[in-house]
Amino acid sequence: MSTELILSAIIFIGLAVIVPVLFVATVIFGPRLAGKVKNEAYESGVGNVIGAVDQKFSVKFYLLAILFLIFDIEAVFMYPWAVSIRQLGWFGFSEMVAFMLLLLTGLIYILKKGVLNWR
Amino acid sequence: MSLTLLNVIVAVIIAIAFAALNAAYLVWAERRGAARIQRRPGPNINGPFGLFQPPLDGVKLMAKQLLIPGGVDKVLFMAAPVLAMAPAITSFVTLPFSDLIVGHNMHIGILLIFAFASIGGMSLLFAGWSSRNKYSMMSSVRAVSQAIAYEIPMLITVITVVMIAGTTDLMGIVKGQMGGFWHWNIFPFKAGLFNPLMLMSFLIFFTCSLAETNRAPFDLGEAESELVAGFHTEYGSMGFGLFFMAEYANIVIGASLTTILFLGGWDCPFGFFPGVWWFLLKIYLLIASFIWIRWTFPRTTIYGLLNLSWKILIPLSLFNLLLTAGLLKVF
Repeated sequence: MSTELILSAIIFIGLAVIVPVLFVATVIFGPRLAGKVKNEAYESGVGNVIGAVDQKFSVKFYLLAILFLIFDIEAVFMYPWAVSIRQLGWFGFSEMVAFMLLLLTGLIYILKKGVLNWR
Repeated sequence: MSLTLLNVIVAVIIAIAFAALNAAYLVWAERRGAARIQRRPGPNINGPFGLFQPPLDGVKLMAKQLLIPGGVDKVLFMAAPVLAMAPAITSFVTLPFSDLIVGHNMHIGILLIFAFASIGGMSLLFAGWSSRNKYSMMSSVRAVSQAIAYEIPMLITVITVVMIAGTTDLMGIVKGQMGGFWHWNIFPFKAGLFNPLMLMSFLIFFTCSLAETNRAPFDLGEAESELVAGFHTEYGSMGFGLFFMAEYANIVIGASLTTILFLGGWDCPFGFFPGVWWFLLKIYLLIASFIWIRWTFPRTTIYGLLNLSWKILIPLSLFNLLLTAGLLKVF
């Protein structure tokens, strides 16, 4: 198992070297011009950039990111249980049912709290 | 060890070639398909049926300037396209195309693919954040919230397949479905198991893979009418090219995963001559349906998109999982 993980790491690092070769090609073949207007941020052909980059976002996006962490970890936690569900018997099954019902209750609580009520 | 390493390197090179070829010609297929649906000719000048268009596009992208606008975070700006492309290619290495054609089969194949898919989500955030452009920033916030929202029902739905197969090994999952279409996971009558819920699993998974690959009707991250071009507004040349290749590579991975998990992988529908051709036929049919859906349905809103995942798909997939587990225990 650990060999496989090391191999995946090697692939990943190797790709981080291979893919930039395309960048090098475009640096060699492409023009290298610079100018004040060319370096500006894109703004649909209007002369000046309108509005700031660091504008405010709805706080709901942050809430969703935190909720994602909870549910994602929960889903990964269920994988080992899913692989061995046939061996676990009714005890393992009922424990996971309790866990999932708790999570569903949590989701219903979140929805009732209005996390997803936009506007 | 060294032989395995050599295998993996060869597999990576083949995967890159396959991903690049698919990206190039899926763009062509998409443009021709869109043109057919909208009753216009599409690219038809270069070569028969415009078949020389993709390589020429590639050359043109390469001959453009790799512009780094003023004020961007250079490291993240250059890292983002690489981070989009690398996980897509790495996922190809673990996908079994047939019982012989597989780069490196792993026991944790499906978990590995999901892990790499999450890294692809990070590249969206890097691209939007480093560009210093309000459209890119808005788009990346939308695209990331979309990617994470649809990852949860996807993960939970795949658990139903893992329960039936009893393994997270992609090859093992396909081998559990061999011997004709009535053994495939999507159909309710499997040997010793009656499970009418798998069709729902399939539909949830298919919806999520549409959303995860940022395809219309869920392409809120790239809504042209609102956000110019989305998170890659500031990218030109090969930076844009890599994002494009990554998007189409992800479509191929989504179709392959759907095929492996639900449609029997390389198995023949009638139980004879299983092989890689069935696999390719299935994934290209699925990709054709992706293109069809993209040019048929209008774009949703970002609120509707997030609500669909959090209010409908996640509770539905949790109930689906509970009922499937119960069915597996009873039968």
